[in-house]
Order: sequence, then C-alpha cells, then structure tokens
Amino acid sequence: MTQYALLIHSRDVDWSLPEHAAETAEYDRFGRDHGADIRGGAALHPTSTATTVRVTGARGGDVVTTDGPYAETKEALMGFYLVEAADLDTALKIAQDCPGAWDGAIEVRPVLHMGD
Amino acid sequence: MLASLVRQLGDWSLAQDAVQEASLAALETWPARGMPDEPRAWLIATARRKAVDMLRRERARGDKERDGVALVDQRRRDEPAEGDPSGLPAGLEDDLLRLLFTCCHPSLAPEARLALALRTLCQLSVAQVAAVLLTTETAMARRLGRTRQKITAARIPYRVPAAEELPERLGAVCGVVHATYTAGHAPLVGDALVDVDLCAEAVRLARLLVATFPDEPAPTSVLALLLLTEARRPARADADGEVVLLPDQDRGRWDSALVVEGAALLATSLRRSGGVADPYQLQAAVALEHDRAPSYAATDWAEIVRLYDLLVSVAPSPAASLARAVALAERDGPEAGLAALDGLGGSHDARVRGVRGELLARTGRRAEAAQAVEPRADDELTAPERRFRERRVRAWRALAGEGAGGQEQPGQPPRMSARS
Repeated sequence: MTQYALLIHSRDVDWSLPEHAAETAEYDRFGRDHGADIRGGAALHPTSTATTVRVTGARGGDVVTTDGPYAETKEALMGFYLVEAADLDTALKIAQDCPGAWDGAIEVRPVLHMGD
Repeated sequence: MLASLVRQLGDWSLAQDAVQEASLAALETWPARGMPDEPRAWLIATARRKAVDMLRRERARGDKERDGVALVDQRRRDEPAEGDPSGLPAGLEDDLLRLLFTCCHPSLAPEARLALALRTLCQLSVAQVAAVLLTTETAMARRLGRTRQKITAARIPYRVPAAEELPERLGAVCGVVHATYTAGHAPLVGDALVDVDLCAEAVRLARLLVATFPDEPAPTSVLALLLLTEARRPARADADGEVVLLPDQDRGRWDSALVVEGAALLATSLRRSGGVADPYQLQAAVALEHDRAPSYAATDWAEIVRLYDLLVSVAPSPAASLARAVALAERDGPEAGLAALDGLGGSHDARVRGVRGELLARTGRRAEAAQAVEPRADDELTAPERRFRERRVRAWRALAGEGAGGQEQPGQPPRMSARS
C-alpha cells in the first residue's frame, strides 16, 4: 500500500460559513465513504489568512515574511487528505469522489517516506 | 520478453537491467557452449536469476523493502494457445496488453506514452526512439527515465483496465498504436522511406486489440485504417527504395486481401456507430477510396474532399488540411488547391512546400515550384524523399529555362519518379 496526498485546489472561501453547507456536507460524506482509506487531512482557512515565509541562505538567515499565499492562483490550496491506496488508479478513484475535484482540481502525489 | 519480466518483477528499471545482463550472459556463453534448445526460456530464466541477485544486493545494502509486490513470480505461462491472432503464447499476449495500457496511462504525458511504447513494446533502441520523435538521445533517455520513475513512484498499476474504464483508456491506446504506424509509414528522418518493422508492430498490436476487445469501436476503426493504408505499401517505393508517388504506383502490387479485410472492418465499425464516423473511420474511408480506384484519375476525389471536410471539422490537424488541399486540387484544379494552402499556417514546413511546388508546377509556374520544393538543410525529410525532390527541382528548372526569355509552357510536369 502507498500513501498519497490529495491536494485540493478550489474556490478561495471560508468553508465554515453556512452558505457553503451543501458542499461541506459533501466533504463529510466523502470522509465517511472513504474512512477506511483516509489517514489524515485538514481543511484550511481562506488564503487571506495565509503568511508566506522565506529564509535567505541557510538556517538563521534573513527572514522575509509576506502577507498572502505562496502563489496567487485562480483556485487556491484549500485543504488536503492523506490516503492509503494500493496503486495510483485506486487513489485517483478516491480523488474523483472528493468534492474538491468537482469544480476545482485535486493534485494526487505519492508520499515520499524518508528513511524507512 | 521484457513484458513478461515487468509482470513478474513489477519493476521496469529492474526488468530492463535484468534483460541487459541476461543478453550479455548469452553473448558470453553461447558462442562457446552453443545455443540452448529454448533460447527464449533460457534468457527469461537467466534474467529472473539476475534480477533476484540484484535485489539481494540492494537489500544487503539496507535499501527499502519493496512492499506488497511479489518479487519473483514462478508461474510459467509459456504454452502457446490455438489460433492466436499474434501467434504468441497466451501469457505473452496478456503481458503485451498490460504493457500497452500502462504505457498509455492517462497520468503520463502523451509524448511520454508514445516514447515508452516505442521503447518497451516495439523494442526500439533509445537512439531510434529519439530519431523517430525528433529529439536527441540524451533528451530521450532522460524523458524515458523520468517516465519510468513516475510509474514506480506513483505506483501506476501494471494491468489491463476494468471493463468500465476501457472506453476512455482505449482512446489513448489506439492513439499510440496509430502514432506508431505513422512513425513507420511516414518517417521524418532516415534512409528508408518506410520503417517496415514499426508498421508491422502497429498492425500486430491493433489486431491484438481487436481480438481482445471485439465489441469496442476504436480498435476496429484503427485496424481498418492501418490495413487499408498498409495495403498500398508494396508500391510506395521502387526496387531501389526510391519514392513512387500515388499517381505512378503499380496498383497491381497493392495487397487486395488487406483491402478486403480493411473494408469489412470499416463497414462493421460504421454499423456499430450508426454511421457516425470518428477520425479513424474518416481516414480509413479516404484510404478505401484510394484502394478501390482503378487509377489515380478515376479516384472519387469529390468523395475524398467531402471526407476531409468532415475530418477537418471533427479533428483539425495540419496533416488533414494538407491532404484536403491535395484532394481539392484534384477535384477543382491546382488553383483551388493553392488557395487552400494559403489558408494554412506553417508554410515553411517541408511537406506543405512539397504540395505547393507540385501544384505550382501544374499551373506552369515551374521556377516558383522548384524554389518551393527545394530541400533545405533543416527539412524533416528521409533520404529518398530528399533525392526525389532534388530530381523534381532539376527537371522543373530545366523546363523553366527552356522557351524564349524564360517564358513557361503551362501543363503537366513530366513524371520523374521511377517506375516500379
């Protein structure tokens, strides 16, 4: 079995607001349907709450902190899931069921296990 | 053989390395000890042993365990089955299909799919794949390496998709089979006019697909197109490998059995799709019009124009537009063809210039024709095509030079291609 990250790119909104209740209900259902495969994940606040940090050079170098997400894109990184699947096709099927893919996009990337 | 090993080992790089080691071992031992009775079985067994050795060495170094995958599959499935379309043992056909579908996985970039298929299915060398896809060997090696890495890291499964996934997956597979045939039929570099092995490989794969998925429309359409095109291959080059154009081909050398088979497949696939034609069926129908015609002059050009009009609307491409311009010229005269060419971008392309030259010559503008057709250093042309164009240029310039004060006589250019 392999772990995959499902990186959800969708509308940059506050998902906790009542006007998005229908969509969050879909996310709840996704969580129930694929509970056995999901190993972790989180929804994120909108990108207006994001701060980006860069350090020049090495540890202890100059720190540059800016307001906003890493990239200003039409669809923003709004959350992620960690799932376990036998192969990519299985992971892709799980991603298809995730509401983030329905009017946004989900990047599916294998997790790199370091030093196992 | 590579396909069997990939299946057994589940690891492409390992399988490739093992095949190489086994081949080297064969080269070392066979001359001295003589060839074994079953050379293929020997090679596979040796490659498996080499693979196990390599894995043992890796594990001894403390590398990651390959979780969940059976390392060595001892099952032997080498008994041939009766009536195989490809003449291969059933186990090997299975492996070919798995390899083909894996190469064409939607998560792989389209260029990567064709490159991987040519390398692993058609067993072209990296240099040959690079040549076919017009890139350098280094770049191709890198691309293939990245693709294999992706298959391993993302765990793209090595299998034939389930029935409900087939329709969309078959599209990509048929595309690669068609592209393989085109690479063999109309290569852009090299000394041969047609790479016969690639054409044969593509036909073999198409037959396998039709045999495996008899009710799916795409494989039948592609096989029809391939056969109807392949039927004319024997006449496309003369005994010296020089170009013979369609108007000059000896139609007696065309393979009528392939025409009959291709026509039947096209009819079947059209019945299934209720007469609505996909791009493969449209191209197959054009090929059939050529195959049916008793002569170039008697070809139903009006029908061919109609088919290309459809093709250009459902699957526009420079090649389709160019072919349409040729058909237009045959139906309505060279000026109509030239007008259609003017609408095409990429007029510096060697093939577009070739058609423009032929049409200009027909209107009597031979000096312009020669200039259009003259091969340039960076043109993507095979050696026989280059030589053909150079002959054309010489002939037209000679004719253009005749007549007082450079006056040209309109009319048909002389046929300079060799007769077969």
